[in-house]
Amino acid sequence: MKRKRKYFYVFLLPSFAGIALFVLLPFADVVKRSFTTAVTGQFNGIKNYQTIFHNQAFLLAVENTLKFTFVCIPFLVLAGFFTALLLDQLESKGIVKSVYLFPLAMPTATIVMVWKMIFYKQGFLNLFLTRLGEWTGFWGEVHTDYLGSEAAFWVLVGSYIWKNLGYTVVLWLAGLMGIPTEYYEAAKVDGANSLQRLWYITLPNLKGSLYTIVILSFLNSFKIYREAYLTSGAYPDKSIYLLQHVFNNWFVNLELDKMAAAAVCTGGLLMIFILFLQRLWDRNEA
Amino acid sequence: MRMEVIKKKNEKFIKQAKKHFKKISVVFLLLVPAIFVVMPVLILLSGALMDTYELRNYLSSVFSQGNEFISWKLIPDYPSFANYKKILLETPQFFILFWNSVKLVVCILMGQLVMAVPAAWGFAVYQVKGSRVLFALYVVLMLLPFQVTMLSSYLVLNKFSLINTHLSIILPAVFSTFPVFLSYGGFRAIPAQLFEAARIDGAGELTIFLNLGIPLGKSGLLSAMVLGFLEYWNMMEQPMAFLEDKFLWPLSLYLPEITWGKAGFAFCASVITLIPVMFVFVLGQDYLEQGIIYSGLKE
Repeated sequence: MKRKRKYFYVFLLPSFAGIALFVLLPFADVVKRSFTTAVTGQFNGIKNYQTIFHNQAFLLAVENTLKFTFVCIPFLVLAGFFTALLLDQLESKGIVKSVYLFPLAMPTATIVMVWKMIFYKQGFLNLFLTRLGEWTGFWGEVHTDYLGSEAAFWVLVGSYIWKNLGYTVVLWLAGLMGIPTEYYEAAKVDGANSLQRLWYITLPNLKGSLYTIVILSFLNSFKIYREAYLTSGAYPDKSIYLLQHVFNNWFVNLELDKMAAAAVCTGGLLMIFILFLQRLWDRNEA
Repeated sequence: MRMEVIKKKNEKFIKQAKKHFKKISVVFLLLVPAIFVVMPVLILLSGALMDTYELRNYLSSVFSQGNEFISWKLIPDYPSFANYKKILLETPQFFILFWNSVKLVVCILMGQLVMAVPAAWGFAVYQVKGSRVLFALYVVLMLLPFQVTMLSSYLVLNKFSLINTHLSIILPAVFSTFPVFLSYGGFRAIPAQLFEAARIDGAGELTIFLNLGIPLGKSGLLSAMVLGFLEYWNMMEQPMAFLEDKFLWPLSLYLPEITWGKAGFAFCASVITLIPVMFVFVLGQDYLEQGIIYSGLKE
């Protein structure tokens, strides 16, 4: 037992020392700074926190980030689920899976020009909609500037789904394959139809996958900043001004006191959220 | 009697047709979204084969403020490699940035192997009191977005005067906890009795790690490397915050700077950036999938 302890520390030490040096200690410094003024370093109480919670940009960003998270995660989880259900019926899934996974591998920077070509005022999307309108006779020419208006939010949701659908499908598929086929056969013998099998066998057995997928989708939802920044710059349309923009702009303007307070709030909230999910997870398994 | 046979045959036929129809509709339902997934890639590839005049023609609506729409051809009228030539032979800066990207990714992945893999081994094999709490901490750190830790990273990098050097990107990434989590998944998949047997045979702990753990748990390591490669080749937030000089930038930061006027150049640069990704993607797809699944495993 004692020997075990020793080896645990030996193997863990390099990694933990690095994390302590590069993440934990400086984060403690950030916590300290969140209670002091940026320039003189005097104790400032909770002033920084008051400032950020009266800051219009920060509040807008919090609202947008929450909105984005609550729209795109359920969307992604469901889209991935239905795609995985369909894929599960194919015998050879290889190629289709590769196609869906590829956007994950594609660096954002390589696709920005194409995004702009699709979504600007005279881009592919408007071209398509205009043709569709001419053909059906319901509407005329469409000239929406998707990136410069409220529609930018939906462009972001779309590119998030585009990028992340593949790994969600892989995770759902792994979950589906983990369900023993005997369950289905037994249900079939008992006369359950396909909808009943889905409801009583598939769904309950996928609870574990659901937690995983939600956590990973959440983690990846922060990376949407790349798309937002690259298509619309540091100050995009109001509808997609995210927390990430705020942090970045404060960093560029060296408003470190506000940044410290915001980092503590966001980090703290996320930690509570993650630990809560872990607890939920544990209880589910027990 | 004959009627019966025909009826039976008919039924069989209908049943088969139904099965076929179902299969075709599944493929169709999967293909429609797949087209949307592939379309941007096709636009990129075709754009990279056009010469400047053809591109300018299609993209003229970007430059004029009129109501004309964009036009495109997936197979260029005058295919040309002129833009590739321009990048590869006449733009030495491109190579500097390309090698920056390579250097950053390789250093980060090597560092992660050295730091994260032993840690993952420690968590997977020696479960002592307190290791669970520590592991929970690693998971939380893995899930914190860059923006939350940006200021703390800046403070420590600034203290060591590493800002505006490649080390400012490499060092924090080396201590990312994501590869720990993935390698952990690989090590946990090995049955623990194997290690016990080795111990009884008198093998030391280091020998077990190097000669048993790494070969048997390599799928976790390779998954971490594949996912890591894709992540760091695409890295933007960190270099944007910590690198000021453009000659230090990775490709992923440079590409978006190219303007509409040089669209053809941008397409070609993008395709070249994509080549290593394609390579890793094709060779490592199994590990990529495995990695995604490991990242979903819980303890």
